[in-house]
Amino acid sequence: MEVGKSVPTQPGSRKEAPPPEPPVADVAHWEGLEQTDEFRQLVRSRLRFVLPATVFFLVYYFLLPIGNGLAPDLMKTKVIGEVNVAYLFALSQFVMAWTLAYLYIRKANRVFDPLAAKLRARAAAGKDGGAR
Amino acid sequence: MTITLALFLIVVAVTLGITAWAARRARTTVQFWAAGRQIKGWQNGLAIAGDYMSAASFLGIAGLIAFNGYDGFMYSVGWLVAYLTVLFLIAEPMRNTGKYTMADVLAYRMSPVPVRSAAAFATVAVSASYMMAQMIGAGSLIKILIPTLDTNLKPYFNWTVFGTHLDPSITMVGLLMMIYVIAGGMVATTWVQIIKAILLMSGAVLLSFLVMLHFGFNFGSFFNAVAGVKDSATKLNFTQPGILYPYGKKQVFGIDLALLDNISLGMALILGTAGLPHILMRFFTVPNAKAARQSVAWAMGLIGSFYIMTTFLGFGAATLVGKAHICASNSNLAAPRLAEFLGGQFFGTTGAEFLLAFISAVAFATILAVVAGLTLAAAGAFSHDFYVNVIRTHLLHGQVSEREQVTVARITAGLVGLLSIWLAARVGATANAAALVAGVAFVIASAANLPAILFTLFWKRFNTWGAVASLVGGTVVTIWLVAIGPGWTLPANAHPAFPLQNVGIVSIPIGFALAIIGTYLGELVKADKLAEVKFHEIDVRAQTGLGAEPTPVPA
Repeated sequence: MEVGKSVPTQPGSRKEAPPPEPPVADVAHWEGLEQTDEFRQLVRSRLRFVLPATVFFLVYYFLLPIGNGLAPDLMKTKVIGEVNVAYLFALSQFVMAWTLAYLYIRKANRVFDPLAAKLRARAAAGKDGGAR
Repeated sequence: MTITLALFLIVVAVTLGITAWAARRARTTVQFWAAGRQIKGWQNGLAIAGDYMSAASFLGIAGLIAFNGYDGFMYSVGWLVAYLTVLFLIAEPMRNTGKYTMADVLAYRMSPVPVRSAAAFATVAVSASYMMAQMIGAGSLIKILIPTLDTNLKPYFNWTVFGTHLDPSITMVGLLMMIYVIAGGMVATTWVQIIKAILLMSGAVLLSFLVMLHFGFNFGSFFNAVAGVKDSATKLNFTQPGILYPYGKKQVFGIDLALLDNISLGMALILGTAGLPHILMRFFTVPNAKAARQSVAWAMGLIGSFYIMTTFLGFGAATLVGKAHICASNSNLAAPRLAEFLGGQFFGTTGAEFLLAFISAVAFATILAVVAGLTLAAAGAFSHDFYVNVIRTHLLHGQVSEREQVTVARITAGLVGLLSIWLAARVGATANAAALVAGVAFVIASAANLPAILFTLFWKRFNTWGAVASLVGGTVVTIWLVAIGPGWTLPANAHPAFPLQNVGIVSIPIGFALAIIGTYLGELVKADKLAEVKFHEIDVRAQTGLGAEPTPVPA
């Protein structure tokens, strides 16, 4: 793109450039999309994964400092040689984080992305669920 | 010493070469701020890792573990788990609704002038404290690792500005980072971060491999050696928790002070990352939400592997080198000293010198990459949010051309660079605050930025008053609590007005509460009806990517 031109113009057209937003960009349009079955399904399925997963990782993470503070003898228990519960618990946090990330990404690719694509197609076709 | 200097010069030459290449690709605003949104998912993952793993995590955590054993590892755990917050709640909605900065997302629903000004204030507070820690660290590191560089630089960088004598090493680092950002914008910054991530990972793998080689790849005997290291004050060995956080000493409101401090630290670590402007900015450089998700996956793989290796580096330094030989006062030298020891053991004197030089060069590249990212974030807040969108567009009702936007961006990047050089020399010379400021950045990010972003995306009633209350209030409360807490002054205040060093456990709930109270107050005076109406739009956009900023077709 050329430096210094703030609005790119169509070559050969004398008309003004069209506004960047699609013509349906108004509140009713967005509310209509919000009320479609696909959108509700998308939000619901996302929430069904993200909410429990977030609660789980917060609880699992804070158990580590709380355990170290309140149950030091348990955490110092040796498991294999000098390797103790505290170190293994800390390592398990890495496994937990990677596993949850893997599960989220798999779910996003299989469930969230197709639903979002459907909604984008619906908006492009000018349909919005009939709210208008 | 000559090897160190040679490796430093190679790092400088390669990064400047990249900048020269990138300068041709940093001409429009979308190129300057978002690398033309053409960074691939895996590349952005490497760049996030490079932007995130600062000298504080490489040298700092290795040092904390080397001096305090297990408790130092708590940072490593928190800094990885933090990315689940980013992945689940932030990365994709950010890419779907944002343009160049965090404030773009907020300004979708809120009145642009107050919310952009408040977001610029919080962004600058986070980036400035983070940057200060990096620059001061850089200065002291260069002085110890290559003292000749500092003395050689002195005749050329011997400046006193407003009564503060500038530190030659800090000035050199600052000038380099200014060149990357001013000339190469986000493109150069991204590639400097990618190279740094590769260097850092190879350094950590090499050192971990040599540590395990020393112990004959026997994990049992490695841990036996670690358990043989004892802390003199607490009588605990280094595999046990409780050295850095001595539980059962003091209580506040009937709860163990060390436990509170540790939980408080954890809150800032796992919530703060999702509010760091320089990390959020990285999600605008990829083509779409799917690539944003992929980049978090790559970043988590790299960051997690690296932080697991910090136990080899830290415990390795504790067992093989020992606190006395690292440096009595500066735990940051644990990794370099470990490299020197391992090099000497396996490859003789030249090996020792080479490995020390290599690790020093990695640390140097690390600092350069992180400060470049921070400069870009702070410049974005000043120039894109405050100058272009608040002053020119809304207060003066002007049209701002591409050329003017990019020029102003370059000028602000330069000013941010100069200011940070001066501030780092000023703060670094006087206060104990230097060590604290990096932690403060995470707390401000989680108390001020995170509530504003989360509520903008997910809470229908949230409005401008709530956003400004959390952005300004969260920042001010955090800084105030740190200032009246222990550790701000040297020697540490024995009877501080606020008992905790990590203030997150108090200031993060306050930040969220301010967002909620502000929202209800705003509703009472009926200040902001647009925010609720516009929620439908941001809701659909964030979830579906409809109308997201496109990737411009390359000319």
